[in-house]
Amino acid sequence: MTTRTLAVVSGGLSNPSSTRLLADRLTAATVAALRARAEDTTVEVVELRGHARDLADDLVTGFANQALRTAIDTVTGADGLIAVTPIFSASYSGLFKTFFDVLDKDSLVGKPVLLGATAGTARHSLALEHAVRPLFSYLRAVPVPTAVFAATEDWAGAGGIDRALAGRIDRAAGELADLITGRPATARPTDPFADPTTSFEDLLRGH
Amino acid sequence: MQFGIFTVSDLTQDPTTGRTPTEAERIAAVLTIAQKAEEVGLDVFALGEHHNPPFFSSSPTTTLAWIAAKTRKLQLSTSTTLITTNDPVKIAEDYAMLQHLAEGRLDLMMGRGNTGPVYPWFGKDIRDGLQLAVENYALLRQLWREDVVDWEGKFRTPLQGFTSTPRPLDGVPPFVWHGSIRSPQIAEQAAYYGDGFFHNHIFWPPEHTQRMVEFYRRRYEHYGHGSADQAIVGLGGQVFMRKNSQDAVEEFRPYFDVAPVYGHGPSLEEFSAQTPLTVGSPQQVIERTLGFRDYVGDYQRQLFLVDHAGLPLKTVLEQLDLLGEEVVPVLRKEFAALKPAHVPEAPTHASLVAAAGGAQDPTVHAPADAVTGQAR
Repeated sequence: MTTRTLAVVSGGLSNPSSTRLLADRLTAATVAALRARAEDTTVEVVELRGHARDLADDLVTGFANQALRTAIDTVTGADGLIAVTPIFSASYSGLFKTFFDVLDKDSLVGKPVLLGATAGTARHSLALEHAVRPLFSYLRAVPVPTAVFAATEDWAGAGGIDRALAGRIDRAAGELADLITGRPATARPTDPFADPTTSFEDLLRGH
Repeated sequence: MQFGIFTVSDLTQDPTTGRTPTEAERIAAVLTIAQKAEEVGLDVFALGEHHNPPFFSSSPTTTLAWIAAKTRKLQLSTSTTLITTNDPVKIAEDYAMLQHLAEGRLDLMMGRGNTGPVYPWFGKDIRDGLQLAVENYALLRQLWREDVVDWEGKFRTPLQGFTSTPRPLDGVPPFVWHGSIRSPQIAEQAAYYGDGFFHNHIFWPPEHTQRMVEFYRRRYEHYGHGSADQAIVGLGGQVFMRKNSQDAVEEFRPYFDVAPVYGHGPSLEEFSAQTPLTVGSPQQVIERTLGFRDYVGDYQRQLFLVDHAGLPLKTVLEQLDLLGEEVVPVLRKEFAALKPAHVPEAPTHASLVAAAGGAQDPTVHAPADAVTGQAR
């Protein structure tokens, strides 16, 4: 049995937060799905609210401070990612976008990702497809086919969750677990300070 | 070890008075600052190159030639010379001329420039930035080292039987540093040629500088120029001092808070903890600067940024007095005591001439009519 790392990015701002609630449900379902596939999981949660100022500072200074650097390394070094944002003004929240803006653009290449979003009304549900999914396509991550949206009303079912939502969560978690188990444990992002693979003579010749 | 200052030549509003200097005032101020650097016993003055407001220094060789004429010992350098958008032929000519005028007190620091719009102004494309730096610098080296150059490349018209004049003073080209904040390829370039590597060391955390310098040192050794600890390393740094540490913090804070590049972000205290910025007493600057050696090893050149963010000239000159009187003499002594004998000093014209086996007259006399330039 191998151990996989699962990073969870939650963009919720309130406490308790329905965004974090959805992230936790997705995480629990993914851990269960991985266990069913004979994989242990280590979960690391990044609450973006705690990095709101760190992110603003990074935009201004061009570098991540230590706290933000730790969060970024957690996400880029994980075997899989669950990313959940509240929908604000028909798209991901600015805080959520900023976190992915300050990552190196190649740092999520090939990363299995489960996308989630929350909002006050189900009328925002397609924001996942027209806004959040293209962001991860740009980063060349690999989002699973089922993205999970939860409106306020979805938390009102028996056991505190709508049955259809619970079904979507399990389906998405299964898709993420399949993607994670289908690939080797994550190689860390390429070290820019490793000895170069292109010789300087080749650079000189214009290759 | 060499100590000095570097400036980017910005015209920035003084946030405490609301006044922005005119170009004439700021140019005069930089000339005063350079002369003051020599007067207080600093070794190096380095000037940036920019081609857009709020900067004035589009023509660094003109400025440095004036300073050369007004000083006797000061080593002149650049921070940086744009190897991407300048024609390497013009760099070869201009800086060889300056080397003669400065009687050898000249070196250069190559940089790519990070202002996207500048590239098209000079007919270049920022997407070629790295390739331009590689090809242009290779040609520059050839122009300084070979009397007659036949050359063909991707970014410039070919050269046939071209001689760049004047030839370098005593047959020895100026020493070259390569400056880069984040590109390992530039550190690789510096290592490949056995040139110096300079890290700006102002805007980013020290861990990043450390990794860049470690990489450069390792590659310097790989290319056979000496052991890793003999590679030629320079660092920037940013300081503001008053005798009393709290006075320094209070006086610098309004400049820090709105400074170009990093202002409106982290607090002065946070930025001081995250980057090499040191605001405090001369003793604090001494201790922090000595600490740089802990993560980059014994190094050859330390340049401080002291004249940016709208600080008035009077304040900058006071900073130079503190550097010259209280900080640099101690740093000189302490760094020298720590440096092993096999670690070299930064190359100078004298050391390069000696390494070349003495001065040569490199003049290329043309077989041509003195008036028309036509070959006879």
